[in-house]
Amino acid sequence: MNRAEIVLETRNLSMHFGGVRAVDRVDFSLSENELRCLIGPNGAGKSTFFKCLTGQLRPTAGDVLIRDVDVTGREPHEIGALGVGIKTQVPNVFEGLTTEENIWISARRWHRSSRARTLTTETIERLQLGDVRSEPVGRLAHGQRQWVELGMVVAAEPWLVLLDEPAAGMTHEETVRTAELIREINRTATLIVVEHDMQFIRMISRRVTLFHEGGILMEDTMEAISADARARQVYLGHRA
Amino acid sequence: MRLSRDFRGTLVIAVCGLAFTLFAPEVLEFFTIITLSQVIGLAILALSLALVWGFGGILCFGQTAFFGLGAYAYAVTATNIGGSTGAILMAILVAAAFAAILGYFIFYGRVSDVYLAIITLTVALILYSLTRRTSGPEYKIGNALLGGFNGTAAPPLNLPGDAGTVLFPEDTFYVAMIALILAYVFCCWLVRTHFGRVCIAIRENETRAELLAYDIRLYKLGIFIIGAALAGLGGVFFCVGVSRVTPDVFSLSQAAVAIIWVIVGGRGTLIGPILATFALHYLTASLGSQALLNANLVLGTVLIVFVLLVPKGVVPSIIDLADIRRQRRVARSRERRLRLRRTRNGNETAGVGK
Repeated sequence: MNRAEIVLETRNLSMHFGGVRAVDRVDFSLSENELRCLIGPNGAGKSTFFKCLTGQLRPTAGDVLIRDVDVTGREPHEIGALGVGIKTQVPNVFEGLTTEENIWISARRWHRSSRARTLTTETIERLQLGDVRSEPVGRLAHGQRQWVELGMVVAAEPWLVLLDEPAAGMTHEETVRTAELIREINRTATLIVVEHDMQFIRMISRRVTLFHEGGILMEDTMEAISADARARQVYLGHRA
Repeated sequence: MRLSRDFRGTLVIAVCGLAFTLFAPEVLEFFTIITLSQVIGLAILALSLALVWGFGGILCFGQTAFFGLGAYAYAVTATNIGGSTGAILMAILVAAAFAAILGYFIFYGRVSDVYLAIITLTVALILYSLTRRTSGPEYKIGNALLGGFNGTAAPPLNLPGDAGTVLFPEDTFYVAMIALILAYVFCCWLVRTHFGRVCIAIRENETRAELLAYDIRLYKLGIFIIGAALAGLGGVFFCVGVSRVTPDVFSLSQAAVAIIWVIVGGRGTLIGPILATFALHYLTASLGSQALLNANLVLGTVLIVFVLLVPKGVVPSIIDLADIRRQRRVARSRERRLRLRRTRNGNETAGVGK
């Protein structure tokens, strides 16, 4: 892999909670324009790994580098300020504010008032949230709230996007649309998607990283992972 | 758009305030006007807490710390320099600077929620104890004796640049009212700016605001300082109204009533707490002139009733009610139109039948 293309890298990254090694000495790298999925059974450490990347957790040891800048232990807003868009596992939206206000807050972080307003309108159209434009987000259905959060990520026009379970709790149609949206985002940005839903991963993935017991078990295409005996044993075995 | 509707509301309230300013001295007794300056100071305190708590989501139980510091700073400065204009600025500055230092440690130390409430209240109570112990001739700043338990005299306001021309109580009332109206309009403007909206967003969800690359510590510190500066200004009018400032401004009961005003008036509005201050002050004042009921008992009952029955506060509940009625009216007229169309269609089919 060409060194210059690497946009995100972890070296020897570890996160321990007491005696539990949630993430254990992980070396990971992501190249520009990639769309990478992180999968693994419950407790494999993918969400903890994700939180170390986004600054929500301070790793016990090791480094996180974004475009060769060491961001280990930085605050989430400092990582966001590098142009990284983040969606967390639990929907984090501004419940009391309307869809429009939610997305505007994100766009306005980067743009002047008038540009932020057009960007907000564009994002609402792109995510087909026009009907609930003036509704408080707290009153929306789960799938729509997920999209509002995605809208906030998109409106900031990030070059690197980190999504934790973007399709969780969605209906099949919603999942299909989310997959389309993610592929669309991938045209202009590099992505990491943490996901449980195998069908969803098949819809979007090129390269998949399989986590197991706090480490990376293998990295390959979804087909190869599905065919692999070890992967089957730790993850797909009880499903396939 | 909704924005312009909001702004029209602000304008209407500001005009009502101005009308009150002009006509109150005509209608009300002289003594009431003198008391009102004091209450206006308290209303500015309530407004500052409405901003910090209602919009910034920071439950500052010790907002009176800044209020009292403002009052003391005004009294001491005005006594020393012999003019009130510089002293008002000093009051605002002292309150803001104190909030900047305290807020830095609170927000950059990521203290929040109930801990923040307790810390700020404790700070107010520490100031209470400190100022009470300043009796004796050795506790003086320049010419101003702090006076311990009895407090220190607060000189009246004077014309800017002319310390000799002291304002009459009516004039002080005008100045205080205009300050309150300007402070109110300022707050309404502030919560609609980018800064204000980010503060509201932080109140709604800190994690999301952080992930959107906003430094929430800085924003919280910012609104905390602005709130403290306003509280300091409130302290000025309060002590000018009483002509004195005593350690009681830092007391537990003073800190608690400020919270009560905001709860009763409604969090998330700016006018609610202001009106609640006037109303509750009127209530306690009229209860104070009779001996049947203890004023504090009634105030406590009012608080319990509000927390149980009107938890959102008066103004938000009125807004909700109006919204529900408007929705009902829209639904009813839609229904009527539908029914009308149906009968008309029915007549037509009946006509065809013939």
